[in-house]
Amino acid sequence: MTQNNQRLLEVKNLKKYFPIQKGFFRKTVGNVRAVDDVSFFVNEGETLGLVGESGCGKTTTSRCILRAMPPSSGEMLFRTKEGNVVDLAKLNRSELHPLRVQMQMIFQDPYGSLNPRMTLFDIVGEPLLVNGMTNRKEREQRVAELLKLVGLRPEYLQRFPHAFSGGQRQRIGIARALSVNPRLVVADEPVSALDVSVQAQILNLMLDLQKRMNLTYLFVAHNLSVVRHFCDRVAVMYVGKIVELSDTLELYAAPQHPYTAALMSAVPVADPRIKTGNVELKGEVPSPANPPSGCYFHPRCEYAVDKCKQDAPVFREIKPNHFVACHRAGELKLPGIG
Amino acid sequence: MDKQQPLLSVKNLKTHFFMDEGVVKAVDGVTFDVQAGQVFGIVGESGCGKSVTMKAVLRLVDPPGRIVGGEIMLRRTNEDGSTNEAIDLVKLDANGKMMRDIRGAEIALIPQEPMASFSPVHTIGDQICEAIMLHQSVDKRAARKIALQMLKDVGIPIPEQRLDEYSWQLSGGLRQRAIIAMALSCNPRLLIADEPTTAVDVTTQAQVLRLLRRLQEQRNAAIIFITHDLGVIAQMADSVMVMYLGLVMEQGPVETIFHNAKHPYTQALLRSIPTVTMTPRVNLPTISGSIPHPFNKPKGCPFHPRCEKSIAGKCDARTPALQAAGERQWVSCFLYHDVEVSA
Repeated sequence: MTQNNQRLLEVKNLKKYFPIQKGFFRKTVGNVRAVDDVSFFVNEGETLGLVGESGCGKTTTSRCILRAMPPSSGEMLFRTKEGNVVDLAKLNRSELHPLRVQMQMIFQDPYGSLNPRMTLFDIVGEPLLVNGMTNRKEREQRVAELLKLVGLRPEYLQRFPHAFSGGQRQRIGIARALSVNPRLVVADEPVSALDVSVQAQILNLMLDLQKRMNLTYLFVAHNLSVVRHFCDRVAVMYVGKIVELSDTLELYAAPQHPYTAALMSAVPVADPRIKTGNVELKGEVPSPANPPSGCYFHPRCEYAVDKCKQDAPVFREIKPNHFVACHRAGELKLPGIG
Repeated sequence: MDKQQPLLSVKNLKTHFFMDEGVVKAVDGVTFDVQAGQVFGIVGESGCGKSVTMKAVLRLVDPPGRIVGGEIMLRRTNEDGSTNEAIDLVKLDANGKMMRDIRGAEIALIPQEPMASFSPVHTIGDQICEAIMLHQSVDKRAARKIALQMLKDVGIPIPEQRLDEYSWQLSGGLRQRAIIAMALSCNPRLLIADEPTTAVDVTTQAQVLRLLRRLQEQRNAAIIFITHDLGVIAQMADSVMVMYLGLVMEQGPVETIFHNAKHPYTQALLRSIPTVTMTPRVNLPTISGSIPHPFNKPKGCPFHPRCEKSIAGKCDARTPALQAAGERQWVSCFLYHDVEVSA
């Protein structure tokens, strides 16, 4: 891997609030804080995993980065191919257009994300056409190349998506994302809809492509075993905030936030000799429209003290490259796995 | 198999779907026994027939599907608690009184989608009471009491209030618990859980699994646990059956399946999942190819085109039968025996 410590993307204090409107005049009565003051960076050539339970804001974060939706506030500094650092949050539509080829997305559902009425050539070739490759011959050649790259036969060019299995469709989606030579690829649950035997094939393909094309991945997932396998660093989100961010192995072996530890303990390990699920997490995830006071996790946390109810913990670096938002980080000894 | 009489004994079950395009042999000769008080796991990837097997046991296979062969023997309980003779569910009328009495009361189902399984226009309480009143001779007030106790048992906070709420007012985890409460409300002796945790988060999954385990131990019910998640199976099941394209590949105690798997498919499947103890970011061993479409199932052993150890002229011509291979372990593979499925 050609990983250097040059930051490709730096997100600072990103917020995305969805207003709750009520009544005839659609008065705003509150906000769903889907993403609430999130900061992290992604180095070039690395994979950052974003994990958390449903509704924690991981998908909203990734969509804001791609500017599929505008963020409420915050900065998203992206280093372009030319080496300039631009703030994606401040660009308008036409300014974003040339940057879009550098950021692409791989979707979760390989059935819903391919237009059933377009052939493979049209699906994978469309980003090329949009970006000025108008010569059909040239495009055909490039699409065939891309199909070969993701392990599909170039003869499939004129076929429709229905003729392919879930794993093959995910390969088509990857080919489409890679057609414009992106640098940052946001993969939102790329393997969770696939069968176990196919999941491994897609993970291998994505690892292989990353090495060959020096891709940077933002990998959004909820399967912690897959995340551990695939990511260099992992950020754990809970109700719109990042609670912990660290190198993968360190995070799994020695989590510093009680929520991370509870997540780790909930992973069912595929070995009947190792019994998991020792830490019981009581209660439910709070609503991001009406989060608890202080630390959002305190009502469910077995280590909570009075301070946790009042003050929101600061997201701080307790060891080099290990960030935690917990008042008691460092003093707790929490169980990890692996 | 154990000397004890099994609660459910499925023999050579065949369920086919007669479509315009041809016949899909979704379940093509499946045999297994479930003992009382046991968690029996069925694992397999999409299209392996695990859900159809479950539907056949409940006699819920819709046309164009039909049970075309085999038997499903269920041991019934008398009023006084003693067991009497087993009856063959295949021979019953799917919509008859007998089957309707069994379904819900003796065999209950925990479906996969908690959102789609509750009616959005009736309260949770009404729906649970309906099931109770259908199978037990109690009035509405008594049924409500039972329903309340059930919600308490599955650990739903403020159950009095939840009884009068609608399914869409509950979170995913609570909804899944409410479904479990409903399934358990008639004290079934066999619980079929069809991917009960695929739609929920890991922490909720851990809660639900712990709950199922506890309830099963308390009530000594048997659970057929259907999932594609090998981690969940390893944590939950006592005994495991691995299916592929409508056939049983291997069956045995959970320890044996995970640590001494014999069938190449089970071995490959276990190798291909990332675990929390392995070296990250190295290529995973994969199973080449993909699951064939049910219309063009390969001849012979269904796994042979993807199998590393397939024997040319044998695996592609004849279908291996499920045979004992070691203590309480059965495998259908020509590497271990030479018995084929009789036509």
